[in-house]
Amino acid sequence: MVYSLKTRILENKKILPDFYEMVLSASAIAAEAVPGQFLMIKTSPTQVPFLRRPISISRINAEEGTITLVYQVVGSGTKLLSAMTPGSEIEVVGPLGNGFTWSEKDKVVAIVGGGCGIAPLVALTEELLKAGKEVYALLGAQNRDKLLSDRYFIELGAKVMIATDNGSYGRQGFVTQLLEEVINTTRLDQVYCCGPLPMTKAVVKLTKEALVPCQVSLEERMGCGVGACLGCVCKVRSEEGSLTYKKVCHDGPVFTSSEVIFDD
Amino acid sequence: MINLAVEVAGIKLKNPVMTASGTFGFGREYSKFYDLSLLGAVMVKGTTLEPRLGNPPPRIAETPAGLLNCIGLQNPGVDAVIKEEIPWLSQYDVPIIVNISGHSLEEYGEIALRLDGVPGVAGLEINISCPNVKHGGLAFGTEPQMAADVIRTVKDKSRLPIIAKLSPNVTDITEIAKAVETAGADAISLINTLLGMAIDIKTRRPVLSNIVGGLSGPAVKPVAVRMVWQVAKAVKIPIIGMGGIVSAEDAIEFLLAGASAVAVGAGNFYDPLAPLKVIEGIKAWLEQEKIADVRELIGAVKIC
Repeated sequence: MVYSLKTRILENKKILPDFYEMVLSASAIAAEAVPGQFLMIKTSPTQVPFLRRPISISRINAEEGTITLVYQVVGSGTKLLSAMTPGSEIEVVGPLGNGFTWSEKDKVVAIVGGGCGIAPLVALTEELLKAGKEVYALLGAQNRDKLLSDRYFIELGAKVMIATDNGSYGRQGFVTQLLEEVINTTRLDQVYCCGPLPMTKAVVKLTKEALVPCQVSLEERMGCGVGACLGCVCKVRSEEGSLTYKKVCHDGPVFTSSEVIFDD
Repeated sequence: MINLAVEVAGIKLKNPVMTASGTFGFGREYSKFYDLSLLGAVMVKGTTLEPRLGNPPPRIAETPAGLLNCIGLQNPGVDAVIKEEIPWLSQYDVPIIVNISGHSLEEYGEIALRLDGVPGVAGLEINISCPNVKHGGLAFGTEPQMAADVIRTVKDKSRLPIIAKLSPNVTDITEIAKAVETAGADAISLINTLLGMAIDIKTRRPVLSNIVGGLSGPAVKPVAVRMVWQVAKAVKIPIIGMGGIVSAEDAIEFLLAGASAVAVGAGNFYDPLAPLKVIEGIKAWLEQEKIADVRELIGAVKIC
């Protein structure tokens, strides 16, 4: 089921200079959401901004009926979102898209997250650990002030490795260097990736060379968020081998890395 | 008892609210939110003879109270639409209007021919106004003679009601409207999107891959209402009004301007339940104003 409803904001607080965490009371959505899915959120009661904002689900608490969103303030919509107060209501549509998948056979997996892309990997890591997998959490950001949720990954029991561009926290360099090390020393059954496009491309290349299956979560400007407008497409190779466009909102946002074609 | 039913081009609608082509796919996505039988009609995604890949991303740019798009008519082609989409949508008790687009007169004719007699199809909306493909589309909609030729061609190949979807990107909309009426169009849809552009000032590049795109949403509504009003005075055939409708008040404005029915387009993105809210809102407004029949609103704008 997909719901279009008003939900109550339970919390909306700044967690890092540009990042906010919003907790929604949305039991219907929490009961059905899976890691990797997203919500389309109306950020204003007026017609400006006109489009809803796709925000990935960071944590799902089915028992308490809550959904946690972690978002970066980047434009007018997310700025309005950051000003909303607990107790007020917000219109959301979701859960949308296809989330991450895992198989019983997988024993050791890695999640690779960069910047805001770390957010949906929190819920995924919770589920992977619950399913008894050994999880490497490789997290990257420009600097310490932009690194999301690292402590939470440690609390969960993931093997956390961190890289920052300026070396202000963890290793100096890119998160892909961490992945390279893990690939060289450990037999990974699956890699999950969400982050900026250059990072995603590098992760796809590394996993392809190492023959490790990889799932990537993609980002694109969205119109409807439900698959009707064809606004948010990515290039994929179809089963017959021809190039075609798939909808990031509806066929994704999670794709297997082998089907996605990245333009240089 | 309030009457919401209208008839457009011989197509009976249980209410005057449709969903606009290109914003509603073939109905599958929004069927997850509500029963499509509640709609007046569904106008499906622009369909071409061969499958179309569409333009590369980015295809969407948000603008004040609206958006630009350059989807480029991505669709599976008319044969797949007939085989996969129409039979599925036919399970609902709702008229299906297929929007068609071609590179040439022959292509328009061939698509119309293939859709003729397909169970469930109530009418054809002829897209002579898409700004996002190089050939076909807009070129046919800006010249009265060419617009008339397209309509004559599809009329010749199809027994279905023919609705001409006009482009607002012309100097005088009434000239095109009169030309398609003379050519035999049974109704007119207006407006398609307005040609627009957005630039990312940081990169100094256009936001859209296609450089320019079609503007829709509340930003275009006053232009659309004006064109509906002008065309309503110029032709006798009914008009389906669209352009930025998100509320019942918006829809009523179009009816007063002279539209016999309306379509919700970008409004579906604003709120997936927008078409239902518009239908319920029109009904509530009629009750409040003590008007028994929605048809009393059509063209009822008071011009002293």
